[in-house]
Order: sequence, then C-alpha cells, then structure tokens
Amino acid sequence: MTSASMARKYKARQVQVGQRSTTSAMIASLAAEGYDTVQAPFGHALVELARRDERVLGLTADLGKYTDLHVFAEAMPDRFYQMGMAEAVLMSAAAGLAREGFMPFATTYAVFAARRAYDFIAMAIAEENLPVRIVCALPGLTTGYGPSHQATEDLAIFRGLPNLTIVDPCDAVDIAQMVPAIAAHDGPVYCRLLRGRVPVVLTRHKPDYRFELGKAQLIREGRDVLVIATGLMTMRALDAAEALAKDGIDVAVLHVPTIKPLDRATITEEAGKAGRLVVTAENHTVVGGLGEAVATTLLTAGVTPAFRMIGLPDAFLEAGALPTLHDMYGISTDRVAARIRSWL
Amino acid sequence: MTEGPRARARSNVSLEQRAWNIRRKALLMGEVQGQGYIGQALGIADVLAAAYFHALDYRADDPEWEGRDRFLLSVGHYAIALYATLMEAGILPEEELATYGMDDSRMPMSGMASYTPGMEITGGSLGQGLGIALGMAMGLRRKGAGAFVYNLMSDGELGEGSTWEAAMVAAHHGLGNLICLVDFNNQQADGRSTAMLSAEPLEAKWRAFGWHCQRVDGNDLKAVVAAFDAARAVAGPVPRVIVFDTRMCKGVPFLEQREIAHFVRVEPEEWGKALGVLEEGRPQ
Repeated sequence: MTSASMARKYKARQVQVGQRSTTSAMIASLAAEGYDTVQAPFGHALVELARRDERVLGLTADLGKYTDLHVFAEAMPDRFYQMGMAEAVLMSAAAGLAREGFMPFATTYAVFAARRAYDFIAMAIAEENLPVRIVCALPGLTTGYGPSHQATEDLAIFRGLPNLTIVDPCDAVDIAQMVPAIAAHDGPVYCRLLRGRVPVVLTRHKPDYRFELGKAQLIREGRDVLVIATGLMTMRALDAAEALAKDGIDVAVLHVPTIKPLDRATITEEAGKAGRLVVTAENHTVVGGLGEAVATTLLTAGVTPAFRMIGLPDAFLEAGALPTLHDMYGISTDRVAARIRSWL
Repeated sequence: MTEGPRARARSNVSLEQRAWNIRRKALLMGEVQGQGYIGQALGIADVLAAAYFHALDYRADDPEWEGRDRFLLSVGHYAIALYATLMEAGILPEEELATYGMDDSRMPMSGMASYTPGMEITGGSLGQGLGIALGMAMGLRRKGAGAFVYNLMSDGELGEGSTWEAAMVAAHHGLGNLICLVDFNNQQADGRSTAMLSAEPLEAKWRAFGWHCQRVDGNDLKAVVAAFDAARAVAGPVPRVIVFDTRMCKGVPFLEQREIAHFVRVEPEEWGKALGVLEEGRPQ
C-alpha cells in the first residue's frame, strides 16, 4: 500500500550528465582567499599540551585521521586509544579514565557526539562534572555530505546540558590556544573543531588577539553595525565587514568563541551602544544557538537594539559542494554582506 | 582502621550472616519509605556479601583509597541493596538507614556518585556502567595499579547496545582487570527479561565477545564465592563476566511466591511481617 503521503519524493536532478561542476567532495580548507593556513592545529596543540601534562590522553571512535588526532596518535602512541566505531563507549571510557585522574580528549564528529552519544555525555561526564574534553569535527555546515554528517543543531542540544562548557573556535589561533585553556578548566568541555588546513584569521585582523575561555572579544570596531559572531562565522563577518567598508558601512565584529558560559557582560555592553544594528552570526541552526542566547541576554538586560540573526535554517540541509551550500544557506561572505546591507 | 580482604576473612562473621544482615538492612530501609526495589535487593544480597566480604579490597574508613577495588553500580535502582552493603561494611554509618530516600538524605532511591561515599558512579541510565568500568580499568592499568573494577549490571541492561560496544572494546584492549557481574533475575520493567528481549544463549554470547564467562546460582554462596575466586584467577588479559541467576525476594518466602514484578509491592503492614520471616531464617 502506498498512500500519497507515503510516496517517496526524490530530489529533481538539475545537473546535466557530462557537465563539469563543483563536486561534493570534502574540501581541504574553509579558508577564504588571502588567509594563511595551519595544518592540524588541534593535533599539534594537543601534542604540545601532552608533553607538559602527563594526564593528557587521546581517544577517538574511528575518526583519528578526520579530527586531526592522528598527529597526537603518531607522536604519542602509548597515550592514544582507538575505540573503534563505538561512540557510546568512547564517552563512557573517557569518563572512566577521568575518574582515575586522567584528562581524556575524545574526538568524533559533532553529529555523533550530539545525537548518538548524548546520554553518555550527559550522565557519565556532565552530571559527574568530569574533566573530559569532547572535540568534534564537522560542526554546523562544514561538509557537503548532507544531514548524516552536518551537525546543524549540536549547540542547541549541548546548551541545555548543565556543567558543560561549549567552545566554537573561529580559526587556527583559537584552536591552538583553546587546547591549553580548556585543559586548565575544571569540568567537561565540548569544542567544535575545524580540521585540516585551518585559516589564521583573528591575528590578521587583531594582531594581539589571544583566546580566553569565557570571554567575548571585539575584533573590529564599527559605528553602523555590530556583528556578534562565533566559530567560522567570525571569519565571514570580518570578511563581510571589509566588503561593506567599501560601501561606507562601518561594521564592528564581536567574537564569541565560548558559547557557554556566555560572556553576557561584554555582549550587553557592546550591544547597548546606541545606534547600531545588532546581527548575530553562527554556523548553526537559528534555533537554540548563539542568536537566541544573545537575544535572551539582551532582552533580559533591557537592551533592545534592532536585531537580526544569521544562521542556518531550521531544516535538514542539502548535500553538495560546500561553497554552493554556504551561498544557498546564507553563510558565505557575499551573502552575509548582502543581508546586512539589506537590513540597513 | 585499614582492614583488607584477609583481615575480613579472619572475621568471625560468616558470609551467610553478612548476606542476612544486608537483607535485613534493605528491608528496614524499605520500611522507612514504604517502598523500594526490595525484590532485587533480596535477590542480590548473596552476591554483594561475597563481593564486599570476600572479593573486594577496600578501606571502610577511606572509601576513596587509591588502592581499592572499584565497584560500580550500573543498575542504579539497586542502590537500596548497595546502601545496605556499604553500611554492613562500615563505609556508611548505620544510623543513616532511617534516612533512606528522604529529602536531603545521602541515600537517594537511585544511586548517585555525588551523594554517597562508596557509590563510584551515578548509574540508572542503564547500559552505561560497563563502559565507564572499562575506562577505569584502562586508567588503573596505565597507573600500574593491581586493583579490579567490578561492574554490577542487570539482565535488562543486556538489551542496551552500549553494553555490547563495551564488551567488544574491553576484550579488544585485553582488560583483565575488569569483572562484570550480571544479575540474571529474569525480570525487567515490563516483564520477564527472556520474554522482553532474550539475551540467550548468554554465556556463548559473552565468550564470542572474547570474555571469560561463568554462570552460577547467585543465591548459592559457595558457588558465588568460587566464581569470584575463579574470575580473579583467570590467567591472561581477558575481561571476565559472572552471570548470577538469582531469585527475586530471596529469603522472604511469602514475597518470593508473590507474582514477581520489577517493582514488588509491599503493603505497609508487610514490612514487619517480612522482617519477622527473615528473622526466622537467621543463620545459626
């Protein structure tokens, strides 16, 4: 029996056979043109940390090569655990190791941590406030593989989890510096990870930038618009700001790498400066991420500027080439600039 | 006081008496609240007596002593049984018995690590204990410690995929310091475990997963003790499991004969009756 509502609806093929186009292969780098890149900043920073701190261990669920943990595994094979394709026990075992005094860094993809292993993170790690660091590649829309790999709602899922600190780094600078910073934090941490060739963004725009856990930092001043951004969208916001400057639009960018606990004081202070449109920008669904967190913060503080959100739609996203998808869903530099322009 | 297992072995209190004391304390706690997972507590009392008064090394006055064997209660609702055991072992003061399950008590209905000395983990989200146990076993091995990690789980937890993920990983990593205890009372929330989702043939499953497996009558103290001894004595880096077939409500015949359920209902006047029946069976 096939009712109308049960009938499968396939995506219409629009590409011509033989047509040469962009591919859906995973791209090596998210770097926009003009940025230097660093290879595997997480893996190298973890090796450096582990040389100083013998408690540090690395665990993965068959994604060492794809979370840059292979760098650590090669440098310190006796401190690396391959758990196989078993995310539940990856998290449970990390909890057990933390109970015995170690500091495990557990890596997988963000979809698997947030969706498959959530209960294990909640009960074995977060409820016990154990120093486990969960570091996850493919946050938000950073792969063209479709919803099975696109963690568009991981921040929404994890924001509700008590005790958990959440970090969404922008670039290689953030990643390299967040590793020792989260190691020094007493409690569980979830980090979104950019892997492979990762751009160097923040120090190009603000040479004295240093990552500080729990702190939002103004990277760029501007009179007309304040973009409050996290993760790779801070890079997009900075690039869009340069483009908009050519049109005489002056855009400030506040980088918020720590999603939880949120730096409410800095956000409220910056958003409270009169006369600027406030725009949030996140590589995440507009449901339950940075935008809603900022909106709640501002409304609670009685700060009510004109307010817009840039983020992914509340939808399962398409497969395809990443640049195509970033344009399609409004998180490419051009689209960010165009949308800000349209709101002025 | 730093008694180890040998000191306890010299104690003139028999394991039968320890198991009886655990049952009595569990019934007294059930009476406090008028409820509790008493069926499971009475069923597992012999295993807990053998664990805490024969197999495990610990210091009653220092429940976090680094050299202790770890005992994880994956099946969190068995907390009433473990509280009774921890009191019997002197890890929890006996006078707290009267606070079981009350607001601000250190003994919540489901076991929580942050509430109770001697409660290693927060169990209750079933299927999590074994994975945590294997992480602890890895950690102990890294530290060169000789302690064992015991994980007590229910037969219902055999339905959780995470149990078998952990079983594979433990065998792959050769965790010979990990001992899993399965309470096979053939009862889970909705009915007979074998009727809900059968784990049989269970011994063959564990062996196929690379574990040393024994299956014994969990209410036969001699068999239970022998199984603990054999599990600890296995040569080689192989994780070990003991499946204990137990009888719910063991030791209180009128409850044993009641239609057995996950949550055995005991009427207010029956707690005293149950304690009386237990008293008649006090070991000589």
